[in-house]
Amino acid sequence: MGLGIVKGMALTLRHAFRPIITTQYPEEKLVPSKRIRAPQLVWEEDRCTVCASCAKACPQGNITIVSEPLPDNKYGMKHLEIDHGRCMFCGLCVEACPFDAIHMGRDYEQATYRRSLLVLTREEVRLSEKRKASGYFRPRFEAEMPPQTLLIYGEKKGK
Amino acid sequence: MALRTEPIVLNMGPQHPSTHGVFRMRVTFDGEVIVGLDPVFGYLHRGFDKLAESRTYTQFIPLTDRLDYLASMSNNFGYCLAVERLAGIEVPERAEYIRVIMAEMMRISSHLMAIGFFLNDCGAFFTPLLYMYREREKLLDLFDMVSGQRLTYNYMRIGGVSHDLPPEFLPALRKFVQEMPAFIDEYDQLLAENEILLARSKGVGILPREMAINASASGPVLRASGVKWDLRKKDPYSVYPRFDFDIPTAETGDCYDRYRVKVQEMRQSLRILEQALAQIPEGPVRAEGPHLVRPPRGEVYSRIEAPKGELGFYIVSDGSVAPYRLHVRGPSFINLTALREMCLGWKLADAIAILGSIDIVMGEVDR
Amino acid sequence: MDWLHWIAFAVFIVVFVLGMSMFGIWLERRGVARLQMRPGPNRAGPLGLLQPVADAVKILLKEDIVPERGDRLLHTLAPIVAFVPALMVFAVVPFWRGEGAGLVPDMNIGLVYLVAISSISIVGAFTAGWASNNKYSLMGAMRSMAQMVSYEVPLVLSLVGVALAAGSLSLVRIVEAQSVPFILLQPLGFLVYFLAALAELNRTPFDLLEAESEIVAGYHTEYSGMKFVMFYLGEYTHTLAAAAIGATLFLGGWKGPLLPPFLWFLIKVFALFVVIFWIRGTLPRLRVDQLMAFAWKFLLPLALVNIFLVAVEMSTQSLRTLWVMVAVNIVAGVLAVYLFSRLGRVRGGRVAV
Repeated sequence: MGLGIVKGMALTLRHAFRPIITTQYPEEKLVPSKRIRAPQLVWEEDRCTVCASCAKACPQGNITIVSEPLPDNKYGMKHLEIDHGRCMFCGLCVEACPFDAIHMGRDYEQATYRRSLLVLTREEVRLSEKRKASGYFRPRFEAEMPPQTLLIYGEKKGK
Repeated sequence: MALRTEPIVLNMGPQHPSTHGVFRMRVTFDGEVIVGLDPVFGYLHRGFDKLAESRTYTQFIPLTDRLDYLASMSNNFGYCLAVERLAGIEVPERAEYIRVIMAEMMRISSHLMAIGFFLNDCGAFFTPLLYMYREREKLLDLFDMVSGQRLTYNYMRIGGVSHDLPPEFLPALRKFVQEMPAFIDEYDQLLAENEILLARSKGVGILPREMAINASASGPVLRASGVKWDLRKKDPYSVYPRFDFDIPTAETGDCYDRYRVKVQEMRQSLRILEQALAQIPEGPVRAEGPHLVRPPRGEVYSRIEAPKGELGFYIVSDGSVAPYRLHVRGPSFINLTALREMCLGWKLADAIAILGSIDIVMGEVDR
Repeated sequence: MDWLHWIAFAVFIVVFVLGMSMFGIWLERRGVARLQMRPGPNRAGPLGLLQPVADAVKILLKEDIVPERGDRLLHTLAPIVAFVPALMVFAVVPFWRGEGAGLVPDMNIGLVYLVAISSISIVGAFTAGWASNNKYSLMGAMRSMAQMVSYEVPLVLSLVGVALAAGSLSLVRIVEAQSVPFILLQPLGFLVYFLAALAELNRTPFDLLEAESEIVAGYHTEYSGMKFVMFYLGEYTHTLAAAAIGATLFLGGWKGPLLPPFLWFLIKVFALFVVIFWIRGTLPRLRVDQLMAFAWKFLLPLALVNIFLVAVEMSTQSLRTLWVMVAVNIVAGVLAVYLFSRLGRVRGGRVAV
């Protein structure tokens, strides 16, 4: 008789008085997860032995490594190139590395104006103060990341 | 003297606000009544079967995420189960429980989206969809906490899951499971007795029982037509036999029944989640053994109950690191074959509502 | 200096009505967004108040496309024919107390004028669909014509009840006769008027015309630029016109204690507008045959019952005590709605192919 419609409209009216749940993006930002697989790969040069396990693990072949022999029986990285445009950030390379030398990044605002600018070389992917690593598969980094904003607890913006 | 009329052919093209992806229907109308319907798909074909032949078993897991991209964990689950059966790998218990928890959370999330978009297609200008998205956001935050991403998780591995749950996960999930039944009741208040929704979907697009079985439909589409068939009970896998839950069915098989079955399935998923949260043991989360899996020669067809239906993987292995042949049985594709029969005789608005109620995802249809 | 009054009022109406339309657009977007727990436009100007202006500027800068095999003249005329009648409604609506209140001071056949011009925009809609040379547009235009013509009938019949109760066709006299607002005296009439007006405006739940999910955008698929602005703004102007008529006829126009009459009028118009977009935010839409069944099998009998009730009450002097009439009407209205919702069934559904 129209009662179903009236009940529905009453519910909608109740919702009009609830707080909004969206976040006004550039001014308010949510804190992402501790294990965020951001569109960024980070390379730690000191631990890397240029074994190229990451390049072998990648489903698409995004990592190009050229090594050169160094004195006292070591390998050095001659050329490292990671194609961030083709990469799907699955994290298989991060899991495959036996020396914990490659990590996922934290920063998700990575847009560039040209696609060719997304192919990053060794200087640009190095771990640094501006290019930090996230805790995906790396417990030592996970411990130092800030806690995530969870909508379950009613949080709508980072603290 | 009768008026001479001509049927018109309307192309509801690949770009359309409500065909759930790139799906095309060539519909023949006589006035407003549908007299013919040809679905055309293939616009999202990416060649999964061929891609699998040149990737190792572990490298293929991120690609299975992109099959039914709204229910990635289920796809991962089905694939890993198939490879484990082929290679004879046993999965530790904690990993099994984690997989079931992820699969049921995924079911809730996928059904929320399916119902929301069904109502959107019926015309409710986004409001029910946004209310359901609010709950789905909570689930996506949980998935983000575990695997680092919100849509394509790449979380399960052959032999278990990739890494353990963080300590904040289980308390947050418990809170969600406690609050969710109240939200499902709210959705029922908004919609279940809404006269307009009843007029739009009751009796519309009936899929008779015999036709559903003949068309190999599965999932909520089949259960709404009166067939009590759920792979979690009929062909159990993982630790599902330890849980106590019901299989909701309906009698008629119209759009309204498919909608009700999905809502009831969400409630049953919450029951399973409660039990799993109570029973989850400690332990390792990944089987010991080489990460580069080389299954012995042989073939396997293994299937799971994905949110959209029976998701099956057929793998033929020749002993090397990459499969010799892999085929995915996508439930949305098979469910879609009954579309023409369901739509004939109805009107244009009903075709959209019926398509929305079957709940297809083009990633699965086209692979 | 009669023509000075005329010009001043014409300018006032055009500016005021268009301003109210733009305010209505802003209010609707923020209101519907609030129902969906999100803020709505809040970037363009303070509180997003300049959002309609931003939309208008954007649309004006777009290229004006006419389909190649469409009819150019009809394509250009259609939006004008669809938009102008909405403005013309405001010529007779009384904004404040007294005889010089409308553009046309006290047109004594105000109701007939309203009914006449509300039928003109139907022609505009159909012309738009035809001139676009597009199957989607044609289907949309056909449906819209069927819908608008069917809902004219209950709309007009509900207005007859008002005319009977007030004893005159002039809008100024109708407002003055409402010592008790007519919504209480004829709740059934108000219900029929409101639903029929929603259908005339192509608003949810009767908006299969612009059902994005079905036929893309119906008869204005092929429109861009200034012509689209005419349709878009025209829709909101029509909505406000229907709300203004509803406020005048059923809610008591400019009557009310304390505040100046003009303000009361605006409050009532926007109250109806809020209810209209609240309905839009909640309900799904009806299918075309269900829409027709709703008009002919449900609203039309209710409108006739309403006229009968009002006529009976007006002719029996002893029932003139107003509050008794209110009670009788409410009871009779609820009973009629209940009966007809049980009796009228939508036959339809699957056609054998």
